[in-house]
Amino acid sequence: MVIYLDNANTTKPDPEVVKVMLEYFEKKYGTPGGEFGHIFDEESREAVEEAREIIAREINASPEEIIFVSDETEADNLAIKGIAWAKGKGKVLASKIERKAILNTVKRLGEWGFETYEVSVDGEGFINLEDLQSNLKDAILFATHLGNFEIGTIQDIKAISEIVHDKGALLYLDANHAFGKVKIDVKKLDVDLMSITAHLIHGPKGIAALYIRDGVKLKPLLDGDVRERGIRPGMINVPAIAGFGKAVELINYDDAKRMAKLRDRLIDLLLGIPDTKLNGPRGEKRLPNNVNVSFAYVEGESILLHCDLRGLVFSTGSACYSQELLPSHVIRAIGGSFEDAHGSVRLSLSKWTTEDEIVKAYEIIKDVVEKLREISIYGGKR
Amino acid sequence: MERFDGKKWDEKKRIGYSRKVLYYFLHPKNVGEIEDPSVTAKAGSPACGDMIKLYLKIENDKIVDAKFRSYGCAANIATASVLTEMIIGKTVEEAKKIKFKDIVEELGGLPQIKYHCAVLAAEGLKQALAKWDVITGRRQIDEKFVKLILAAVIDPLTGESVLKGDKYKGCKIEGRKVKIMLNIPKDSPEAEVFEEQIREAFEGLDVDLEIEFMES
Repeated sequence: MVIYLDNANTTKPDPEVVKVMLEYFEKKYGTPGGEFGHIFDEESREAVEEAREIIAREINASPEEIIFVSDETEADNLAIKGIAWAKGKGKVLASKIERKAILNTVKRLGEWGFETYEVSVDGEGFINLEDLQSNLKDAILFATHLGNFEIGTIQDIKAISEIVHDKGALLYLDANHAFGKVKIDVKKLDVDLMSITAHLIHGPKGIAALYIRDGVKLKPLLDGDVRERGIRPGMINVPAIAGFGKAVELINYDDAKRMAKLRDRLIDLLLGIPDTKLNGPRGEKRLPNNVNVSFAYVEGESILLHCDLRGLVFSTGSACYSQELLPSHVIRAIGGSFEDAHGSVRLSLSKWTTEDEIVKAYEIIKDVVEKLREISIYGGKR
Repeated sequence: MERFDGKKWDEKKRIGYSRKVLYYFLHPKNVGEIEDPSVTAKAGSPACGDMIKLYLKIENDKIVDAKFRSYGCAANIATASVLTEMIIGKTVEEAKKIKFKDIVEELGGLPQIKYHCAVLAAEGLKQALAKWDVITGRRQIDEKFVKLILAAVIDPLTGESVLKGDKYKGCKIEGRKVKIMLNIPKDSPEAEVFEEQIREAFEGLDVDLEIEFMES
């Protein structure tokens, strides 16, 4: 069996989720139609609205505030471009350690005449609140995350939303990696827009939700009919939405507690390997399923490939592994060197990860890192 | 223990490493250092995440032994390893003819995105053999040679060669004395890194090396 520690990339759908979805592939294959639809339309509408209610309840929103989109990248684009277009002008900010979808969406707005700014972070990935505060002049939106996708840093969103709202700007929160692991209350966090995706919580791929606080106006990316209130027209992915609803129903925060213990065990084990350092914070301020360490003297793709061939998978921030041949912008932004980025690996746990897997993963990685260090220019001397 | 099965490896799947690349990655040949090498060369940098160091033993103009150390991905390890095998037994002149495409071919192909690893290995070899020509007196140290060596000295901040941009001011060569002048402030943090890298690049050459930084 392969040990799967790439759950921040995507998770295995829960069998119960798949079961629910199959029904909407095989039997109830309609799509929500007009006001008085036929039986197929109505069945699918019920499924979609039920899922919307489950999701809204989970984050303390109302169902009207939830819009289904195809994935987190679409949610990022819709939220950021949608707000920018609705406002017409102004400054859009994001932190330096956002996912590429957010950073590149903001960059695009820069090309289109909007002012943009990337807010710095500290050595553990926490947003520099002073840098944020002092760059909010004419700001219309700050886009950031709850839990960092790569190094697991959990941001102080309450403090951030206070600063952002004080200057009259809106806050878009990418909660995709935190959702299901960290209890989220949109009212308490006081966010204006927020995205959550199904595939990171054992739901299906190809479906995500964008929370848009009542009263917040944004323009759609696509023009079409009035489905999803015209904010996201087009075909409704009914099986995926039904599966998303089920996945949210299955969220159990005891899983997060268990994962956090295993996370700490894995961090401790890995830090026992000489010349290894942790990226991101420890304890409560770290996503319960995120481990990210940098091994000096070796490169991530090599580690990954060796481990893959031995039945252990995860991901790396090395340039060699990226399609653009660029090292992780997150590791660089927290002050890490190129070597820290190339030698960084992210291991992400799921509710099904066992202690036995954690120990085995550590043993494989230790062996592989030692092997590669024997080849390494730096680590060759034994 | 390993899941790798050469016969079942599907070259089209994953990132497209050939069976041979995988083989050399998993079981690299000629890893290590040669004690008392005839010549060494380093190419690449930790900044780009790809670096190799070659150690050659040359007797009667024939490469009798070659070893390497690497810092990099699977393609980096495989290209360096296969290169050492390719050159052992060859004369220096024969080895000079090896181009990066020959290394790619020897490995049964490389994904396009990994071609630079073969380029790096070929650069390393080119540099080592140029240094060998200097050592044996067949080549004079001139600016062309200095630039060949400096091409592999990388700015830790940008990941680009020190020759890129206006960092390189020029050099003065008088017999064994080589003075390299750089437009880099003396007390900047990267000055030390450049000095170390340049000294290492000239390793094995009988030169009196001086590196001049900008007065700040």
